[in-house]
Amino acid sequence: MKFSSLSGQTRLAYKLLINDRAKFAALLLGITFAVFLILMMMSMFAGVLQRSSSAVINVGARMWVMDPAVTTPSSSIPMPDYVQDAVRSIPGVRYAVPLYSGAGLVKLKDGTFQPSTIIGLDDTSLFGRPKMVEGKIEDIYAENGFIVVMDADYGKLQSPPIGTEFEINNNRAVIVGTAKVTISGLFGIPTLYTTYSRAIQYLPQAQFTASYILVEPNSAQDVARIKDEVKRLGYLALTEDEFIQQTADWYEFHTGLGMNILIMTLVSFVVGLSISGQTFYTFILENLERFGALKAIGARSRELVGMILFQSTFTALTGYGLGIGLCAGIIALAKARLPDYAAIMTFPSLGMALGMVVVIVAISSYIGVRRVLRIEPFDIFRS
Amino acid sequence: MRAASAVENTPDAGGPAAAVRNAIVASDVDKSFGEGEARTRALKGVSFEARYGEMLYIVGPSGSGKTTMLSVISGILRPDAGSVLVKAQSIWSMTADELCEFRLRTIGFVFQDYHLFPRLTTAENVAIPLILQKRPWDEAIAEALRYLKVVGLEGRAHLPPVKLSGGEQQRVAIARAIVSQPDILIFDEPTASLDGDTGRSIVQFVRNEVLNDKRCIVIVTHDARIYEYAHRILRMEDGQLKGVQDGESISGD
Repeated sequence: MKFSSLSGQTRLAYKLLINDRAKFAALLLGITFAVFLILMMMSMFAGVLQRSSSAVINVGARMWVMDPAVTTPSSSIPMPDYVQDAVRSIPGVRYAVPLYSGAGLVKLKDGTFQPSTIIGLDDTSLFGRPKMVEGKIEDIYAENGFIVVMDADYGKLQSPPIGTEFEINNNRAVIVGTAKVTISGLFGIPTLYTTYSRAIQYLPQAQFTASYILVEPNSAQDVARIKDEVKRLGYLALTEDEFIQQTADWYEFHTGLGMNILIMTLVSFVVGLSISGQTFYTFILENLERFGALKAIGARSRELVGMILFQSTFTALTGYGLGIGLCAGIIALAKARLPDYAAIMTFPSLGMALGMVVVIVAISSYIGVRRVLRIEPFDIFRS
Repeated sequence: MRAASAVENTPDAGGPAAAVRNAIVASDVDKSFGEGEARTRALKGVSFEARYGEMLYIVGPSGSGKTTMLSVISGILRPDAGSVLVKAQSIWSMTADELCEFRLRTIGFVFQDYHLFPRLTTAENVAIPLILQKRPWDEAIAEALRYLKVVGLEGRAHLPPVKLSGGEQQRVAIARAIVSQPDILIFDEPTASLDGDTGRSIVQFVRNEVLNDKRCIVIVTHDARIYEYAHRILRMEDGQLKGVQDGESISGD
C-alpha cells in the first residue's frame, strides 16, 4: 500500500490494525478461511454442474429437442424418427439433425470391460463433432470407425492410439482418431464418437432411436415459435442455456447436492463470522478507552467510525484476496494431480463469497462501531 | 459559534482586563447524575476562573466533583446549568462539531492513565492531535519529534510506549497534549501512577517548560506532594467550592 496516498487518519487506522499482529492475523485467518471454504464449496458445485452439462456444451447446438421427461443430458429418452421430420418442417428451422447419446460396454483387448459414453453424430453433417487431435473427422465413416476423446478418462480405455481395436456388444470397433472436447463428463467414463447410424447399429435399441434432435433456428426470433411448435408435437425444445440450467436445477434440487453445498456454505459463513466478529470485537474493546481518549481530544464520532470501517474493509478485502488465492491454489494443485477434478471458480461464486464477506464485515463493524459510539469521553476521566 | 462576553460572566468581573486575563470562567455550574432517588448533585453552583500563565489545581476528596468540573470546563460533559467561557467563548452554546474542533485546537489533555496507543510508536502517539487536525502524516510526525525533544525523549521516538517507564510515558502524554500548541492544558491526576520524585519532576517540568503567559494549566489532583507547584488551589467538597488557596504558600497537607 502506498502510504503517501492515504490520509493521516486512514494511515493511523491502518497502523493500529496491522501493528496488532496477533489480532490482525486472527482476523485475516477468519476471513480467509471463510472465503476459502465458501469458494471451495461453490467451485466444486459449479464444477459438478458444468460437468453435468458437458454433452450440451461440447455438442454446441443452439436448440435441443427432447422428450419432456428428460431431466439431464445423460437421461435421454429416445424419440420416434418422425419427430425429426416434423421439427424440420417447422418454419424458422434452418436445420435439424439427430443425435444419439447412450452408454456402451467396451470390451478391451485384455478382456476387461469399460463402460463408455457413445455419441452418435448425424451421418450427413457430423454436427457436434469434437476437435480432432489426431486423424481426420471423415475417418469416422471408415468401417467400424470410432473417435476417442482424450480427456481425464482416456486412460480407462488403456489410452488407445489410432488403429486400436476393441468390441462393443460383440461388434468390432476401431479407433480412427483422437479428439478433445471442451469439458469432460461428470461420471468419469470415457467418451467415444461415431456416426448416428453406427451407434444405433452397435447398441441395443428399443422402438425409437434418436436421443435428441439438434436444431439451428434461422434467427433468435424463431426460437419461441419453434418451442411452441415442438410443444404441440408433445416434445420439449430448449435452448442450450435452458438445457444447461435445467440440468443444473435438477442436480441442485433433486439430488441433495445443492442442499449439502448450501449447508456447508452457511457453516463456512458462520465460522468466518464467529472468528472475525469475535476478534474484531476484542480488538475494539482493547482500544475502546483510547478511542474515548481520541474523542476527548477532539475526534468526531464519524471520524472514528470511518477509521473502524477502513480497518474492517481492509481486513475483509485482504482476507478475500487471500481466500481466493488459496482456493485457486488448491484447485490448481488438485487438477495437477487429478486431471478430472471438477471444480471451477466462477464470477457468481466470487461475487457470492464477496457478498458473504461484506455481511461478516458489516456485522463485525456494527458491533465495534456501536461500542465506540457509546463510549463517552467523560468515561475516560472517570476510569 | 457564539462568543459571549467574558466580563459579564466572570464571577469577579473586573472589566475588559479580566476578560483578557481569564482563560476559563465557570459560573454557577450545576451538574447532577442519575434519576429519581439515585440522583446525585455532583456540582452545586460552582464558579471560578483560571488565568493565563497560571497553574491551577482542583483538589478534594474522591466524589467531591473535581473530575466532573474538569470535564465540564474542557467541553466534554454538558452542565445542567451555568455557563463556561473558555478563551471568552461560551463553549456550551457550540454545536457538537464545533465543540470537537474547539477541543482539538484549544485544549490539550493529559489523562491519568495516559491512554497512549501501545501499537503506535511514541512519535505517532504524539502526532495524533495533528493527524486529527488533518495535517499531513509526515508533517505531523516531524512536529511530534520536535515536541519529543522538548520533553527530553527524542531518542525514544521509534519505541512503543510500553517500552518506556511511567515517567517517560507521562512525558509522551504531555508532548501529545502540547503538540498542537493549545492555550489550555487539562491534567487529570498526573502523578497518580508515578513515584514521588518522578511525579514532582514531571510537574516541575510542566511548570517550568510548558506553562507560559499565553497558556493556562488546570490540574485535578489529590497528591499533596505537588501542591507547592500550584499558583492557586481550588478546594472542592460535596460538589461545592470550599476555598481558594495560594499554592506557593503551602508545601503539602
